[in-house]
Amino acid sequence: MSSESQVHSSAGASQSSHKSYNIGFVLAALLTLIPFGLAMYPSLPRTATFLLVLACAVIQILVHMVFFLHLTTAREQRWSLVALVFTVVIIVLLVGLSLWIMYYVHYNMLGL
Amino acid sequence: MSHIVLNETAHQQEQGYEDAGSLSLFGFWVYLMTDCILFATLFATYAVLGQSVAGGPGAADIFELPYVLGETSLLLFSSITYGYAMLANHRKDKRRVLQWLGVTFVLGVGFIAMELNEFHHLIAEGYGPQRSAFLTGFFTLVGTHGLHVLIGLVWMALLMIQVQQRGLCCVNSTRLSCLSLFWHFLDIVWVCVFTVVYLFGVI
Repeated sequence: MSSESQVHSSAGASQSSHKSYNIGFVLAALLTLIPFGLAMYPSLPRTATFLLVLACAVIQILVHMVFFLHLTTAREQRWSLVALVFTVVIIVLLVGLSLWIMYYVHYNMLGL
Repeated sequence: MSHIVLNETAHQQEQGYEDAGSLSLFGFWVYLMTDCILFATLFATYAVLGQSVAGGPGAADIFELPYVLGETSLLLFSSITYGYAMLANHRKDKRRVLQWLGVTFVLGVGFIAMELNEFHHLIAEGYGPQRSAFLTGFFTLVGTHGLHVLIGLVWMALLMIQVQQRGLCCVNSTRLSCLSLFWHFLDIVWVCVFTVVYLFGVI
């Protein structure tokens, strides 16, 4: 009993089933094939392709978190979720501000 | 009143093992979050340097999407087979755990082999990391992910020996859960890699 609840009450390893993994797998496979198809057989304008591919990646990451990592908003997992949200904030700041700064460095150096 | 408190304390001590297990998992989760930040810095570096090809080949010239799709499917299949191993772990079915871990291990080795082959081809054609800032960023980012997968494979092999010898006791169960988080996390990082590096590079 204790070993069961140990697994169930911890970060990203709550109760799961074959069904959950299978749904996750099918969704992830679709969300992989769609962007690859869009990139290999370009049929849409470049910006539209770019945005669709980006959307697929974001949705696929969420699918992985829900169906494979089993992240929920349950009370036992609150701290895992807090750590994740904090990390996402850091990543957005780190990547977003780096790109922003370097874009303007580039812009000014070339004297455009 | 004090009786109830005492009872509760005893109850907590009884479940001390359970708490240690979930605490290890949470600690491992926090490590994964710091690993996310490591990858974020590499992605930021790649995004900044991605256009600096120094007269060499650009992303669209060297990436073959069908090959990358093959690597991606190996990793995705290994994610679900690890999931099946975890389900067998919940059922305490040692034989199935070992079988699914074995399948996952083979798929992981396949991924690493494909990636090394890709790197080998690029370097053989003179497109090594020293060729341009773009290629440096590419090899660092994709190589770091590959190194993580390799470490995961070593860990998986050792864990298979542990489970074989000592069965699915509490400690091994927690270890399996930690590796599960690690393995699924690497798949998420790979989603970012194939989107940002390969697909955005070719579009």
